[in-house]
Amino acid sequence: MNTPLNSVPESSVGSQAVEPAVVSETRPLYWSIRRELWENRSIYIALLAAAGVYLVGYTISLFWVPRSMREIVPPHSTPPLIELAMPYAHAGMLIAATAFLVGIFYSLDALHGERRDRSILFWKSLPVSDLTTVLAKASVPLVILPVLVFVIAVLLQIVMWLESGAVLLLTGASTAMPWAPPVFEMQLVLLYSLVVMALWHAPLYMWMLLVSGWPRRATFLWAVFPPLALAAIEYIAFHTTYLATMLYSRLLGFDALAFDLVDKNGVPVDAHFIPLAQLAPGRFLSSPGLWLGLIFAAICVAGAVRLRRYQGPI
Amino acid sequence: MTVIEARGLRKAFGKTVALDGVNLNVDEGRILGLIGPNGAGKSTALNAILGLTQYQGGLKVLGRDPWNERDQLMCDVCFIADVAVLPRWMRVSQSLDYVAGVHPRFDRAKAEGFLAKTDIKRGSKIRELSKGMVTQLHLALVMAIDAKLLVLDEPTLGLDILYRKQFYDSLLNDYFDRTRTIIVTTHQVEDVQHVLTDLMFINRGRIVLDCTMEDFDSRFLEVTVHPDHVAAARALKPIHERQVIGRSVLLFDHVDRQQLAPLGDVRKPSISDLFVAMLGDGPGDKGGAVQGATR
Repeated sequence: MNTPLNSVPESSVGSQAVEPAVVSETRPLYWSIRRELWENRSIYIALLAAAGVYLVGYTISLFWVPRSMREIVPPHSTPPLIELAMPYAHAGMLIAATAFLVGIFYSLDALHGERRDRSILFWKSLPVSDLTTVLAKASVPLVILPVLVFVIAVLLQIVMWLESGAVLLLTGASTAMPWAPPVFEMQLVLLYSLVVMALWHAPLYMWMLLVSGWPRRATFLWAVFPPLALAAIEYIAFHTTYLATMLYSRLLGFDALAFDLVDKNGVPVDAHFIPLAQLAPGRFLSSPGLWLGLIFAAICVAGAVRLRRYQGPI
Repeated sequence: MTVIEARGLRKAFGKTVALDGVNLNVDEGRILGLIGPNGAGKSTALNAILGLTQYQGGLKVLGRDPWNERDQLMCDVCFIADVAVLPRWMRVSQSLDYVAGVHPRFDRAKAEGFLAKTDIKRGSKIRELSKGMVTQLHLALVMAIDAKLLVLDEPTLGLDILYRKQFYDSLLNDYFDRTRTIIVTTHQVEDVQHVLTDLMFINRGRIVLDCTMEDFDSRFLEVTVHPDHVAAARALKPIHERQVIGRSVLLFDHVDRQQLAPLGDVRKPSISDLFVAMLGDGPGDKGGAVQGATR
């Protein structure tokens, strides 16, 4: 019987040794993040779509601006800052809310999708550690989405600013009076808010990421049902709502910590325009809720790394 | 150099024992066929070797512990677990970019060269390719990696005979050299008969045959026995007997060809003949009896 040793040419292509390229520690992480963006194009398409929808609505609304400006602003007086800031604030809020939903659904599928389509066997055939893969997936809701929200919101707000200026010029309305809020200041506050939200919501995203590595199906139910069930048990058994309050606070509780919502005169600050002076990073960074949440998030990441090591295709 | 060394490798899923104390030595430059029925433990053994599953016992692959050093091991080990594992959403160009990005031993020009011989377009998504093309792509990616060990688990499952032949031809002509080691599992044993240097049968988590192909050629003979000589042939203790069109076909291990020639038509059996002889009468029935067949 012929064995292949007799038939293999000495100078086969494969015998030419390849000089191994130097791969830095961060290179697999960089490429792992790129593959997440290739695979999950909804990450940026959804945000762009939200920005597009808002821009269409805003552009149409500009037809009424000169009239509404006259209505809300008596001649030769300054329009209320909040009225001017509102469309810009809503633009940022809409894109950030879209990113929150995208982040939740991305995280719920992060370790599930690759098991479902069996591609985990391909990813694991390459020299990329489970830690690198999980960190790449974790970076999507925690880093990539906030950065995209900021860039897209800033671009949208600049277009809105130019459009509204152009409309006022074309309709002959006076541009001597303020016709836009301090957009740059708003963008700095948006950046701060995005960092705050990413840190505050990190345990939510990482919990979803952890759960995505466990069940064979219905990751949403596995992620949502147990905490709600525990809250219900607590209420039925003890008539208390500590867990429900904690869960609610984990969703929306960051604003009371990260912003001074009452100014120095005791006047409530409108959420549509929060001046830079009202930011409270020190209080936010020193709050136990933030750090307990981050510890929980780190435990979830460690759990997800471990799960991925053991899990194969489903 | 020993590429894989396993001592008492054991793995159980609940009460089901998938690997039952497997001992294994695979040297550099060998092409080992790991053949066994469904559920015999082939994939579990490969998964242990690739660091995809935990195990008990001693296992070293290229001197490393696969379970604890999977990512470092994958610099020197490649595997095709099945043709259907390439992510379907990925574009061909993205798969090249990604592997080039993360693998220090990937030669992109070589992969491009392999792909140039196919009809695969760089801009196509993998879901748009035929199953044969996906295999060609996966093989092109793997062959462009300067690895020391290549593991193929049913690499040609579901492919037609042309693609299967092309797959093994490429592997031999464009990839294999005497410093590389390949392990392949397949049910299509006739495809790999002329490719292998070593043959291993596994059943119920145990190695029941371990021999080189030279040994295989010299040890086993099959005789279509003349009806008058059936009793004499049986006296030589065949390891298997079957009936073909009314005649007895007996398979012998370690029996001299000159002894057998007068009894009927003597020929070399195929791997599948031996497989059926050893394992075909019900899984595990011959397990104990053929332990002696291991070298």
